Amino acid sequence: MDTARFTSKGFLIPGIIGLVILAGLATLPLYGSLYNVVLVTTILMYAILTVSWVMFSGSSGYLSLATATFFGIGIYISTLLLPNTGALLPLLVVVLIGGLGSSIIALGVGALTLRLRGIYFAVFTFGLVILVLELFNWWEHSVSHIRGRFVMLVDNDIIYFIMLGIFVATVLTYYFLQRSKFGLALRSIGENEEAAAHIGVNVTMVKVITFGISAFFMGAAGAIWATKLTYIDPYVAYSVNYSFLPVLMAIFGGMGQIYGPVIGAVIFAYLQEKFQTEFPYYYMLSFGIILIVAILYLPNGLVGLIQKIAQRLRKGGTGEEYADT
Amino acid sequence: MPILEGEGVTKYFGGLAAVLNVDFAVEQGEVYGLIGPNGAGKTTLFNLISAALVPKPGIIKFKGVNITGKKPYQICRMGIARTFQTVKVFGNLPVFENARLGALFGTSTGMSATDAAKEAADLLDFVGLSAMSATPAKDLTLANQKRLEVARALATKPEILMLDEMMAGLNATEIAQGTELVNSIRDKGITVFMIEHVMKAIMSVCDRIMVLHHGEKIAEGTPQEIASSKKVVEVYLGEQDDAGS
Repeated sequence: MDTARFTSKGFLIPGIIGLVILAGLATLPLYGSLYNVVLVTTILMYAILTVSWVMFSGSSGYLSLATATFFGIGIYISTLLLPNTGALLPLLVVVLIGGLGSSIIALGVGALTLRLRGIYFAVFTFGLVILVLELFNWWEHSVSHIRGRFVMLVDNDIIYFIMLGIFVATVLTYYFLQRSKFGLALRSIGENEEAAAHIGVNVTMVKVITFGISAFFMGAAGAIWATKLTYIDPYVAYSVNYSFLPVLMAIFGGMGQIYGPVIGAVIFAYLQEKFQTEFPYYYMLSFGIILIVAILYLPNGLVGLIQKIAQRLRKGGTGEEYADT
Repeated sequence: MPILEGEGVTKYFGGLAAVLNVDFAVEQGEVYGLIGPNGAGKTTLFNLISAALVPKPGIIKFKGVNITGKKPYQICRMGIARTFQTVKVFGNLPVFENARLGALFGTSTGMSATDAAKEAADLLDFVGLSAMSATPAKDLTLANQKRLEVARALATKPEILMLDEMMAGLNATEIAQGTELVNSIRDKGITVFMIEHVMKAIMSVCDRIMVLHHGEKIAEGTPQEIASSKKVVEVYLGEQDDAGS
């Protein structure tokens, strides 16, 4: 039964570690420098994108490259509702609308396209990013005649706390989804969709709803991220990097465990920030090298490495991770 | 009233009639066999019944109700379960979760988590896999994966179970066990509709057999009638001239 998992040490220790980290993060603005607050905000943003990407793609096996679309829609909603001339709605409401807006688009897109399998779905979602980018370009150019928009300034600590809140909500949602009946259905789809359909799983509904839930967090993160960017045009909002980086971060961290995508995103985003400031000319190059090494030597990401070390420490451990490898 | 019937069931793939104008009726409680040479349309017929494909034209009725055009998950929840010719277990999930998924999603009324777990455990016991319930399904032998598919299908509480070549690729002992399993499924009161190539198995276990050839039904009857049918023998062994070629 599921309750056994909650009482086992497998849950308790990560739970305590998680709470300690959370406490540290929640008080960061008290002792951290402004630079650190902004840096961690960026890291959290990537962690949200990565975890919400894994929420859908990790279990279902459908490679979605639409992250940038849902993130960008959140950014644009925020830009339109929080112009520098004065906010039309309270910040938190805008974040919520950003999430819901992305979610609704994802439900529509998902209902139309989630019958595409494998590479076709990946290509379609990538095309979606370009399509939406060009659509907004056209709109800004021909309809609104606004080249670049400015978002109102928001205190860095507030941006940080909202980002942290979204991050916690994302991780908790992912955690409970994974352990729910719904999450099990999603995994069965990832394992064998045809078999899942024939044992009574409403595969279309499960896929579309999960796609919608994951897009909610992407959109919400985008909505608050806009206030950090302050200057927005379609190229800023719909950068394909937001589609690819979460995938790389998830692979780097490993998707076998819930903490995998989080660790992957944290380390990857941190390195990105550091490299970008310290080796601006080589940072993409060094990234490529890190990725190649990770894929060659860490097929299960950092999680696989951690598990291997843990097993060696236990000397032929019990192998309790049967379900998650 | 037959539990499952088809009227003029047809399916074309391009210009090829994979299944052509097939009528059939499976009676409640029987073991109904479906045989035919490779490419005869047996699995296509199963796919049509389980709604992986839609017949065009033709209708399929379950307990007198037209079920044509329903979705696979609806067909399953109505009480028609199936296994697959090439096994489709959830490889990375433990054996137990495979069976539990059937109980959680496949029944008409839904099942509580506790009941589903109990049902899964009972059925793994029934097919003889209790000892392996924590093993990832991909690590089982082929015979055991096929048993797992049966347990997973039974977990959806079907009234009729469709077995697609359960004995293919198994050794003699495993075939004997498989035959036994089919008999015990029938004893549970579940109607069995099975595709099989292993003649010994199908002749000993079936009440009636239907023969497909090039998508068309060419014979139907008891195992004795089928074995002595000239047409069936011709289809399987080729005409006199071809024999031995």
